[in-house]
Amino acid sequence: MAGNSIAATIARRGGKATLIISGARLLDPAQGLDTIADVTIEKGRITRIGKAAGADGESGAELIDADGCLLLPGFVDPHVHLRTPGREDEEDIASGTRAAAAGGYVTICAMPNTEPVVDNAAVLQSLIEQAESEAAVRVAFMGSISAGLAGERLSDIWDLADAGAVAFTDDGRPLADGGLLRAACQAARLVGLPLSLHCEDLPLSGGGQMNEGAVSAELGLAGIPCASETAAIAHDLQVAAYEEARVHVAHVSCAASLGSIEAAREAGAAVTCEATPHHLALSDEAVRGLDSNFKMNPPLRSEGDRRALVQALAAGTIDCVGSDHAPHADQEKEVPFEEAPFGVIGLETAFPVLYTDLVEAGELPLEVLVRAMSTNPAAAFGLPVPAIAEGGEASLCLVDTAEEFRIDPEDFQSKSRHTAFAGRMVRGRVLMTIAAGRVTHRLKDRAGS
Amino acid sequence: MNKHLLSINDLSRDEIESILTTAAKDFLELSKRDIKKVPTLRGRTVIDLFYEKSTRTSTSFELAGKRLSADVINVKAESSAVGKGESLKDTVLTLNAYNPDIIVIRHPHVGAPAFVARYTDAHVINAGDGKGGHPTQCLLDIFSLKQEYGELEGLKVAIVGDILHSRVARSNIAGFRKMGMEVTLVAPPSLLPRGVEALGADIAHGLDALADVDVVYLLRMQQERHADAGLMPSLREYIARYCVGRRHLGKGQRVLHPGPINRGVEIDAELADSPENLILQQVEAGLAVRMAIMYRIIVDAGADQAAAEGERDAAEAAEAGPEIKNIRAVG
Amino acid sequence: MSGSFSKTVVPAEQVGRTIVRIAHEILERNQDIGDLALVGILTRGAYLARRLASHMEEFAGQEVPVGELDISLYRDDVAARGSLTIRSKLTQPEVRGTNLPFNIDEKTIVLVDDVLFTGRTIRAAIDALFDYGRPSRIQLAVLVDRGHRELPIRPDFVGKNLPTSQDQRINVLLSEVDGADEIVLEAVQHE
Repeated sequence: MAGNSIAATIARRGGKATLIISGARLLDPAQGLDTIADVTIEKGRITRIGKAAGADGESGAELIDADGCLLLPGFVDPHVHLRTPGREDEEDIASGTRAAAAGGYVTICAMPNTEPVVDNAAVLQSLIEQAESEAAVRVAFMGSISAGLAGERLSDIWDLADAGAVAFTDDGRPLADGGLLRAACQAARLVGLPLSLHCEDLPLSGGGQMNEGAVSAELGLAGIPCASETAAIAHDLQVAAYEEARVHVAHVSCAASLGSIEAAREAGAAVTCEATPHHLALSDEAVRGLDSNFKMNPPLRSEGDRRALVQALAAGTIDCVGSDHAPHADQEKEVPFEEAPFGVIGLETAFPVLYTDLVEAGELPLEVLVRAMSTNPAAAFGLPVPAIAEGGEASLCLVDTAEEFRIDPEDFQSKSRHTAFAGRMVRGRVLMTIAAGRVTHRLKDRAGS
Repeated sequence: MNKHLLSINDLSRDEIESILTTAAKDFLELSKRDIKKVPTLRGRTVIDLFYEKSTRTSTSFELAGKRLSADVINVKAESSAVGKGESLKDTVLTLNAYNPDIIVIRHPHVGAPAFVARYTDAHVINAGDGKGGHPTQCLLDIFSLKQEYGELEGLKVAIVGDILHSRVARSNIAGFRKMGMEVTLVAPPSLLPRGVEALGADIAHGLDALADVDVVYLLRMQQERHADAGLMPSLREYIARYCVGRRHLGKGQRVLHPGPINRGVEIDAELADSPENLILQQVEAGLAVRMAIMYRIIVDAGADQAAAEGERDAAEAAEAGPEIKNIRAVG
Repeated sequence: MSGSFSKTVVPAEQVGRTIVRIAHEILERNQDIGDLALVGILTRGAYLARRLASHMEEFAGQEVPVGELDISLYRDDVAARGSLTIRSKLTQPEVRGTNLPFNIDEKTIVLVDDVLFTGRTIRAAIDALFDYGRPSRIQLAVLVDRGHRELPIRPDFVGKNLPTSQDQRINVLLSEVDGADEIVLEAVQHE
């Protein structure tokens, strides 16, 4: 059986970029690159780093004056819900990938919990075809672990691998059945693909609505204890290690979960994991207003958990940032907190929020954030690794770190407006995104026209 | 008072005292008259929007509104468009088109009253939101305790039973603490929300803790909310350890219960019928307190508006009203 | 900006004499003292009613029942601009409310208030009384009538007519609450 041929699909629309980005700080920690220089891009490839020839325009290249800006390897998101097929009213491939481009992403991984579920090759093939005509950034699709996400029997994992799935996940629901998890590990190992695991002990979560603690006690909302995540991570990683499967732990939210991940790695398991921007930037105190824009699963945890996640990200225990971009329709979110579904969007706010809250606040080195949003998730899922390197494909984003701006959901490209960060003043606006050699996002008035 | 009464935390201790004084002075006596009605809210519209079954709270609010001469409409979820799939937002927008002055809401979900307040111009009163809060119950309980004990500062109260599912407990912990009382929660661990000690209450697991308190506040065992949760080994075992009877009470200890009571579960039959419980006084207090809340929420809003206008034209505002002669000139 | 001045228009001894005179007039008008009851409108009307009753008992040798009436629930300006006054009362609410320790049915009720102004307070008081029973007649006694009636209400017994302008105030001070008896005219001056 063939391993996967990376099927991260992007529409081949518009010409490949030819431009010169002049004067930006180039930061690509994986390359050991941190310098101020011009970058010349010709027909979608980086041809020169350094003093650009033809900056006077005779080469026909567009000149981007990026003095004072930051040029980064484009971001890669291991965790996006595109809601397609089935709920195109909430998000479709075009809107979701436009949102990704606006957030500086060049590749995103789409979750399979759609209607129908991506549990067979036919659904996957039609999605890939759709992405070829609509996607503004590369989309890598994950297949489901269990048929129909029912947690009872495996989906067509090998067919899905042949059709181009990059990983398997039942995200949104945990795998309750250890035997099924074991079978999934064995099936995925054969095709050399990872599993992305939503680790949760559902009976222990007990219909909870938010983190269990002082705030839930005060509000009267049923709590989801950290133990429901921590116990499930320990259990699932034991199974994965036994079967020598590559696993990625989605949306880690609790300090107590980090020990299990470290222990699994020490025991030799191939484990990567992600934390979301909202878990890194917010605590359960934000739930006090009972605004459904602060309702997600796993829930926002205590301030102590939040700080532990940031420290783990800085130390490398957490290696990826995943937005868990989860669009919902207005009528679903505009209800009392307990009736609202879990999940908020995050593609368009991830970098500015983390840059402002963590990097500027001195809690996290910028280099670590860039790796966690770009190089690491690409490597974890075998995706093209964005790099600022001569001869390589241009998958980059240009960021303004000087000017403060207000996050306004009305500006979003996503069809959903439900963000936990509305109204926040932040820095780190993405001015331009070049994905797979094409300019897919350009902030008007700021990065040429 | 603020525009709405969504949580007991919306009120300061002084505001609570002031509302309860209004209840005692103006409304407790009203129920003893032949004509149990005053024209105060004549022409006003009150909508009681109840998404949960309720007898005492809904009758209490309905009667309170009617005795203030307001036009009262009762909307019960089971007989309304909710059953046809209408969202709370749309229900409220529809009702708001009638320009109600007050919407009283009882809802199975925490935060529903605040949600309603986003979509109406009316004053919103929380009549119980899921496990969240029940501020009018809290006020009537404080009222009952004041009638019985006078001074509340330093009074010790034990709240006993199904605290996990109780909005009453949540409001009362906050309200009792605000009035300077000491609160002990008595329940098995599975019926105590994790982290509840952060609200400023002591925790105990046995009825022996009742020996140290002045007041015993019993909660209804909400069996319908833990049907399959397996929160205790069995109801029989719970009753053997947590059902309160006269034998648990010391001299002068009084028992409160928000009702409805489960005889033989949290309260034994003898205690349920004994004068040591203030359950019927609580019901009577509920009517007076809810009248006071409706009256004050309307009057205070009018006064706020007047104050705003008054700032623009102090002299004019000072003249308005026939009671002007009772404003004492200061200095 | 505006300033104000106040001056005493009726001194203490004259206040006392006026109350005595009203007591005499009430007895003259109502021969059957057994049917008579005084109801003072809170707060100063209640003190006046008690003083009148004690004078009447002294003169007639027979006790006259006295009650107190709180008319705040009967006002016609709830939540209107004028309820600033209600607010000022509610922030430090009176602990006293209506207290009518007798049956008012078939009684002659003399309502007592300190100042008669627009007449709205008296309208509210009459409405309130009817919710307690059916008196055979109601009369009105006031210490000061300052004019500016907005309703067809006329006092039966007046201590003092004091014509005022709209932006003046009449403050009746009584020894029971204010330490001394006095009627003060206060005026707000606009600049």
